[in-house]
Amino acid sequence: MKFVVAIKQVPDTAEVRIDPERGTLIRDGVPSIMNPFDTYALEEAMKWRDDLGGTVTVITMGPPQAESVLREAVSMGADDAVLISDRAFAGADTWATSHTIAAAVKKIGGVDAVFFGKQAIDGDTAQTGPSVAASLDWPQITFVGRVRTLDVKSIIAERYVETGVQVVQADLPVVLTILKDANVPRVPSLRGKMKSRKAEIPVWGLSDLGLSPDETGLNGSPTKVVVTSTPEARTGGAIHTGTADELACKLADLLLGEGGDA
Amino acid sequence: MNYMLNEDILAIKEICAEIGEKYIIPVRAELDEHNRFPTEIMKIIARSDLFTIYIPEEYGGTGMGAISLVVATEELSRFCGGVAVSYAANALGAMPIILMGSEEQKKKYLPQLASGEKLCAFALTESEAGSDAGGIKTRAIKDGDHYVLNGTKQWITNGGEAQIYTVIALTDPERGPRGASAFIVEEGTPGFSYGKKEDKMGIRASATRELVFEDCRVPAENLIAREGMGFMVAMRTLDNSRPGVAAQAVGIAQGALEEALKYASERKQFGVRIDSFQGLQFMLADMGTQIEAARALTYSVARMIDNGDKGFEKESAMAKVFASDVAMRVTTDAVQILGGYGYMREYPVEKMMRDAKITQIYEGTNQIQRSVIARAMIKEAHRK
Amino acid sequence: MHKMSGYLEIRENCTGCGICVRTCPVGALSVNSKRKAEVSEDCTLCSICVDSCPFKSLAVHHSFGGNKEELEKYSGILVLCEMRNHSPDRSAYELLGEARKLSAGSKEVTALIITDDASDAAEKLIRAGADRVVTAVHRNLEHFSTEPWNTILTHVIRTDKPEIVLAAATTTGRDVMPRVSKSLDTGLTADCTELHIDPKNGMLMQTRPAFGGNIMATIVCDRTRPQMSTVRPGVMKPLEPDCSRTGRIVELQITDSMVAGRSRVLEFIPSQGDEVDITEAETVISGGRGMKDPANFHMLHELAHLLGATVGASRAAVDNGWIEYPRQVGQTGKTVQPKIYLAVGISGAVQHRVGMQSSDVIYAVNKDPDAGIFQFCSHGFVGDLFEIIPALIKEIKKRRG
Repeated sequence: MKFVVAIKQVPDTAEVRIDPERGTLIRDGVPSIMNPFDTYALEEAMKWRDDLGGTVTVITMGPPQAESVLREAVSMGADDAVLISDRAFAGADTWATSHTIAAAVKKIGGVDAVFFGKQAIDGDTAQTGPSVAASLDWPQITFVGRVRTLDVKSIIAERYVETGVQVVQADLPVVLTILKDANVPRVPSLRGKMKSRKAEIPVWGLSDLGLSPDETGLNGSPTKVVVTSTPEARTGGAIHTGTADELACKLADLLLGEGGDA
Repeated sequence: MNYMLNEDILAIKEICAEIGEKYIIPVRAELDEHNRFPTEIMKIIARSDLFTIYIPEEYGGTGMGAISLVVATEELSRFCGGVAVSYAANALGAMPIILMGSEEQKKKYLPQLASGEKLCAFALTESEAGSDAGGIKTRAIKDGDHYVLNGTKQWITNGGEAQIYTVIALTDPERGPRGASAFIVEEGTPGFSYGKKEDKMGIRASATRELVFEDCRVPAENLIAREGMGFMVAMRTLDNSRPGVAAQAVGIAQGALEEALKYASERKQFGVRIDSFQGLQFMLADMGTQIEAARALTYSVARMIDNGDKGFEKESAMAKVFASDVAMRVTTDAVQILGGYGYMREYPVEKMMRDAKITQIYEGTNQIQRSVIARAMIKEAHRK
Repeated sequence: MHKMSGYLEIRENCTGCGICVRTCPVGALSVNSKRKAEVSEDCTLCSICVDSCPFKSLAVHHSFGGNKEELEKYSGILVLCEMRNHSPDRSAYELLGEARKLSAGSKEVTALIITDDASDAAEKLIRAGADRVVTAVHRNLEHFSTEPWNTILTHVIRTDKPEIVLAAATTTGRDVMPRVSKSLDTGLTADCTELHIDPKNGMLMQTRPAFGGNIMATIVCDRTRPQMSTVRPGVMKPLEPDCSRTGRIVELQITDSMVAGRSRVLEFIPSQGDEVDITEAETVISGGRGMKDPANFHMLHELAHLLGATVGASRAAVDNGWIEYPRQVGQTGKTVQPKIYLAVGISGAVQHRVGMQSSDVIYAVNKDPDAGIFQFCSHGFVGDLFEIIPALIKEIKKRRG
């Protein structure tokens, strides 16, 4: 089986802070990590490869430094990696990103399934997986909480939706977006780390993928960001201190709508 | 401190730390409470290739040297001494085969141990033979192309969880130091069974059991080296693994220090953080300094071994005795720093103190170590 | 290359302070020898620097494109309405309320339902604001499935040519909308929390959180149509149902080939009946890391019972296994906007905040006076929750008599 896992290098948004004076984002010093949701996608692909035999190739579209997440994936057990990088790809929205990634999947050829994490913690759109499925014209299963069975012909997976679980069967090749519920990502292995240090990672650009500048990057993006701001700071109200009984009284006033400014 | 560890050794350290954070911390209190062996964690350790580091490449290992085993053991011990010794005891069990096994024996057993498919253990100690290893009574009598083993081994780490055991038994009681031989005994061999599992003060995740041999027939090809080499095998094995015990002590101490530092920076009394009190600061400083000294000594011995130095008996004894005494002092101080909370099982330091104690006892008590050190020093002085 | 789409203007009053250099995610900004900011070709016009400049020296100028004639062929707002038990889901009413607001009385609002049994859904949707309801009914459309919905939605968009398409940012919306937008070569903005029409150019301004909620980005789709958005459930306001409203109902002919696909739903396992939906509650009492133990949640349940409230939780509590995931509030949990939100032992990290900041009032109990939650709550109580909550329960019981 030939699996591809699309991963992304993202700033660790849990570590991002807002400058309290200016209310702006402080980005420097924030470490870059593999998008946490992607580790589950990677583990799922590797789990099934271990079971059925085959290879797991990780790909990412990003600037040259994104190579480090590819190496991290190899240290966790991916067989090989490709970096999709070109100045022409910068500033892409999900349309252009998925268009580019789909081209890379086509270039790899013979792929049985492409795995995505549920969403990237910087963009937070969760759109790239389904858009790649559309570009490839493959069936898709999103919000996969558990893959029940997988073979060369089809997959049966559980979609975790708001009202319960949908058990869906799809023909291969297929695009999947994987939730954290699906597995527990493995720890890197020593041999994996040694391999990742030496791994040769090809870089594919615009001409390698046979794409033109008006379908990638900023120019290929139907959407544009026009304003970025930090959210309306909801300002703090009154802070109360005192004994537990005093505080309990005041809080009861507010909760029961008695007295004061409920 | 910068110990100039290369990339591979650092990779090993990172992997152990990740395993510790993700898998050991959530279960260590429960393993301790219920005396439970960390079977799942051993599988994860295997999958990360950690059982390969002390096994030569040609037998499925990665042969990363003594320094790698020391770093791995130390790092795992930071999270739980019991889990760490369950891991390190495999190195101990494999050592007789690695050091003095035949080509056939190495090819047969080492790959399975490197992959973690099978666990192993080393069996020397008996009820009447602790410090006095020469006092062992387990007999191995040649009978055709087998040896028949009779006797009981006591307090064997990984006993009952391992599948492969390296056992020291008397082949010729009259010959004193040349009276013992080393055998590889596989689980399931008729006549080989397990005795009771011990209920210990600490390292409770580690399984400690009796091994019972009753007319147990072991194939002659499982004899390691030659008849009479048993004590030599045991001594060389213990010399090579002693830095591992030192590493375990350093790791336990490090874990305790980290808990103490964290607590002292959060706990406020008299309106201030308790780490601003000089009394505690002096304690913390001494803890940190002692751990660093123990670590430096331990790593130096590991490097001596990797360098192929012939005589490191004295140094390895020094590392073990120093590090284990440090671990006992540091963990006790850590409990003290956490005060009342330190005494509660809800907090991890009292377990660390219980875990640390064994490092002063096993693989040669600290009293024996001191004798070894003194004798070596005196001999050296006399020679001059 | 990027110049085609616009440029970053650096105004004269730039002082060369360098703040923008640090906020640029692609490192396109630098300060030159003349102590002025400079931008390189790496700039992607993301606008993050604009907000960071204390002197307002930066501005992004976009060249909005698109063939005007082509764009003008699109009109009206199409709303993809999900159903639950053959009745429109609450999110459908929220979307229609928003669509009506955007239409400002001049754009036709069409609701689309895809189902095996339309029942009286169309009438309900008209009362909730739809001018027109398109029903796609087929016996195989009982469950959501990507390809049939993709086929039907794409068909309706191609036929109706709406300028705006809205769907809820649910597992359904987030599955089908990106597929449709990619095939139609148009833009999709995910999880919008605010929408409005720019009076200058009539474009839909789509605002949404990004970076884990740390920033708000406003996005436009200028050159292509329709402008597609998925909208965060629980944020927009539905209209009051108006029985006097009238509208048209159009029944689409759905053929077997339209509902065919390479995937099929084998079965649907509904969630346990006793599962709580915290998004419906008027008062939510959430416990966080400060609760220390699952057993302690029972006092929050008791308090909730007294107040007719529902118990929620922060991610820390759920990750520790103290309480079940459906109760999690936050970026990776649910968004709630109750009248009262009481946060107990919760620090108030932004990932939690984005899930509850739209509550009418927020009260917080935390023993750490520096906890972030005190920066944005209406009333904060600094103290030990293990003393305050029992005292609160006692006080409430006392007052109730």
